[in-house]
Amino acid sequence: MATETDTREIHIPANLLDELDRYIGDLKIDLNSERRKGYLIQILHKAQSLFGFLPEPLQIIISQKLNISHAEISGVISFYNYFTATPKGRYRISVCMGTACFVKGGEKLLEEFEKFLEIKAGEVTPDGKYSIDALRCIGACGLAPVVMINDKIYGNVTVKQVGDIIEDCLLMEAEA
Amino acid sequence: MIEQVRIVLRNSGLINPEDIDDYISVRGYEALVKCLTESSPEDIIQTVKASGLRGRGGGGFPTGIKWEVTAASESDEKFVICNADEGDPGAFMDRAVLEGDPHSVMEAMTIAGYCIGSSKGIIYIRAEYPLAIERLNTAIAQSYEYGFLGENIFGTDFSFDIELKFGAGAFVCGEETSLIKSVEGKRGEPVVKPPYPAESGLWGKPTLVNNVETYANISPIILNGAQWFRSFGDEKSPGTKVFALAGKVNKVGLVEVPMGTTLRQVIFEVGGGIKNGKEFKAVQTGGPSGGCITSENLDTPITYDNLKAIDSMMGSGGMIVLDEDDCMVNVAKFYLEFSLDESCGKCTPCRIGNTRLWEMLDDITKGRADDNTMEKLEVLCNTIKKSALCGLGQASPNPVLSTMKYFRDEYLEHINDKKCRAGVCKALIDYAINPDKCIGCTLCARNCPVMCIHGEPKKTHVIDQDKCIKCGSCLSSCKFGAVYYS
Ligand SMILES: Cc1cc2nc3c(=O)[nH]c(=O)nc-3n(C[C@H](O)[C@H](O)[C@H](O)COP(=O)(O)O)c2cc1C
Ligand code: SF4
Ligand code: SF4
Ligand code: SF4
Ligand code: FES
Repeated sequence: MATETDTREIHIPANLLDELDRYIGDLKIDLNSERRKGYLIQILHKAQSLFGFLPEPLQIIISQKLNISHAEISGVISFYNYFTATPKGRYRISVCMGTACFVKGGEKLLEEFEKFLEIKAGEVTPDGKYSIDALRCIGACGLAPVVMINDKIYGNVTVKQVGDIIEDCLLMEAEA
Repeated sequence: MIEQVRIVLRNSGLINPEDIDDYISVRGYEALVKCLTESSPEDIIQTVKASGLRGRGGGGFPTGIKWEVTAASESDEKFVICNADEGDPGAFMDRAVLEGDPHSVMEAMTIAGYCIGSSKGIIYIRAEYPLAIERLNTAIAQSYEYGFLGENIFGTDFSFDIELKFGAGAFVCGEETSLIKSVEGKRGEPVVKPPYPAESGLWGKPTLVNNVETYANISPIILNGAQWFRSFGDEKSPGTKVFALAGKVNKVGLVEVPMGTTLRQVIFEVGGGIKNGKEFKAVQTGGPSGGCITSENLDTPITYDNLKAIDSMMGSGGMIVLDEDDCMVNVAKFYLEFSLDESCGKCTPCRIGNTRLWEMLDDITKGRADDNTMEKLEVLCNTIKKSALCGLGQASPNPVLSTMKYFRDEYLEHINDKKCRAGVCKALIDYAINPDKCIGCTLCARNCPVMCIHGEPKKTHVIDQDKCIKCGSCLSSCKFGAVYYS
């Protein structure tokens, strides 16, 4: 798992920062209005989609741009499950633990992934390649149980397929 | 055979959701034209009231009355919000509507804006629905192009804008006061009502919050009239309801049926019965706020009030079918764990109370509970219900209370006999091999992850109970039915 010091050493690529700047600029936010805060969550979404996570230096940059205290921003990030201040794996394995998936054995899938990769839900493998998360319903309940690797959805997954899915990741990595 | 009736899902799957002309060709935006050019806001509100439409987001509050109250609030600015947070895990009705027919929701929001005197609409949508977000963005852009959104719509002095705001994976943000906090860019912690959003909502201004499915009913009501709408469903619950049928049923997916249809019809006629010929055990409605309904009550006509009377609730429309392989204590524990995870932590009964409840349920599933546990559970459930601040906490004990009421024997079996009849609670079961059935094929031994099954080929195999981790893979691998649990 990443530690506090890791996030401080994080290097934020300038081109991505430019893109974030442009995004914020296009919103034409009135920095003196209380309503500027209404843009915070969408900006955090944008930032996380660009950088993969929301390291502290990035939070501080956003805090300055929006004139919102860093404490408030980090409070918002910790409240919402979707936002993460620590990096995830290159392959984000999300096992759905919504009700439909739960009754079709989602729990067993989660255990199998945990066993296979020797990490727990919420953790990242030491090589930074995989992370596992339990998710609450992605609205694909008809395909339960469902697993997502990054944005790709696998439906009707069985415990036996867990190895194949990891292999899929290796193939994706080879292609990239 | 019960017929599905498609009002909410009238266009889903039939039109191209990315083409506004397709929507227009099925009378899309005709209701908006009619409202803006022929009707006063009061008339429209009267029609919605007369239709008897009730909120589909869970509470079942009469929509017309909500519109009337928000219209009556004096303010220089008001907001119309569409709640597309769809937090109930295992439900995907709203997603289907937004992906399949986004304009139907936007048209209704615009009509609502005209009625209550608002020029600003916001759709609060969960980030987990990227396709729905994309389709909404397309639909909004096309609506501006056609002049169905923007300044002076159809040359009237009514203007309306719609913008998207995103959730970020917090179930409690489906609750309207929490949703409003989230739109304001804050932590989505609920606040005490009153004041209701109708008086003081987003940025302290009067705000109308309705669910996706609620909005999807509006245009057909305007076009066909309140009486037409009332010809479906039941006196106090008119219209239809969309359910997301999931779990151990043959045909999973969305169904839209008139209110008053029975659970049996939905599960056995539309849903094609239980999967793999297993026995029906219960159906869960209302998600983490709801309860489990047993076979005795399968012939109950589905209405807001009937479901409440049998200790469940309509909820947003999730319908999870459970069979003999599901352990009801474990199901209750699952829902509670959900509420506990999603609790915002602001008030003690929800945060601490649910932790204690969960521990007690965990004790039951692990064989550590004693004679007093049932009573303690019940007392604590009722305390949480009475003292939690928002709907999440107040409703969180419901799955526990309903399973305790209808499946008391299963709870007692766990507590007194240390037995789980569904074979789910690992601590309470032992796997064993029946020597009369085992032919010694060795398959189970090869599949056992801890190699604790011993025996020579073609001879009876035996499980070493001390090493067994109860993973169940021997049970699923034996082709001769020799492995069993007790
Ligand atoms: C914990 C909690 C979660 C809720 N989640 C949702 C939701 O996901 N979608 C929704 O439309 N309403 C949800 N509601 C109900 C809303 O607070 C609100 O009543 C509803 O959006 C009003 O719309 P309606 O009258 O059209 O149903 C939730 C309520 C509570 C207490
Ligand atoms: S009941 Fe639970 S979710 Fe609601 S305010 Fe209290 S702690 Fe938060
Ligand atoms: S339950 Fe699992 S660990 Fe136990 S004997 Fe069977 S395969 Fe082996
Ligand atoms: S798989 Fe069944 S038949 Fe084969 S050795 Fe195991 S218990 Fe015996
Ligand atoms: S419960 Fe898993 S996708 Fe809905």
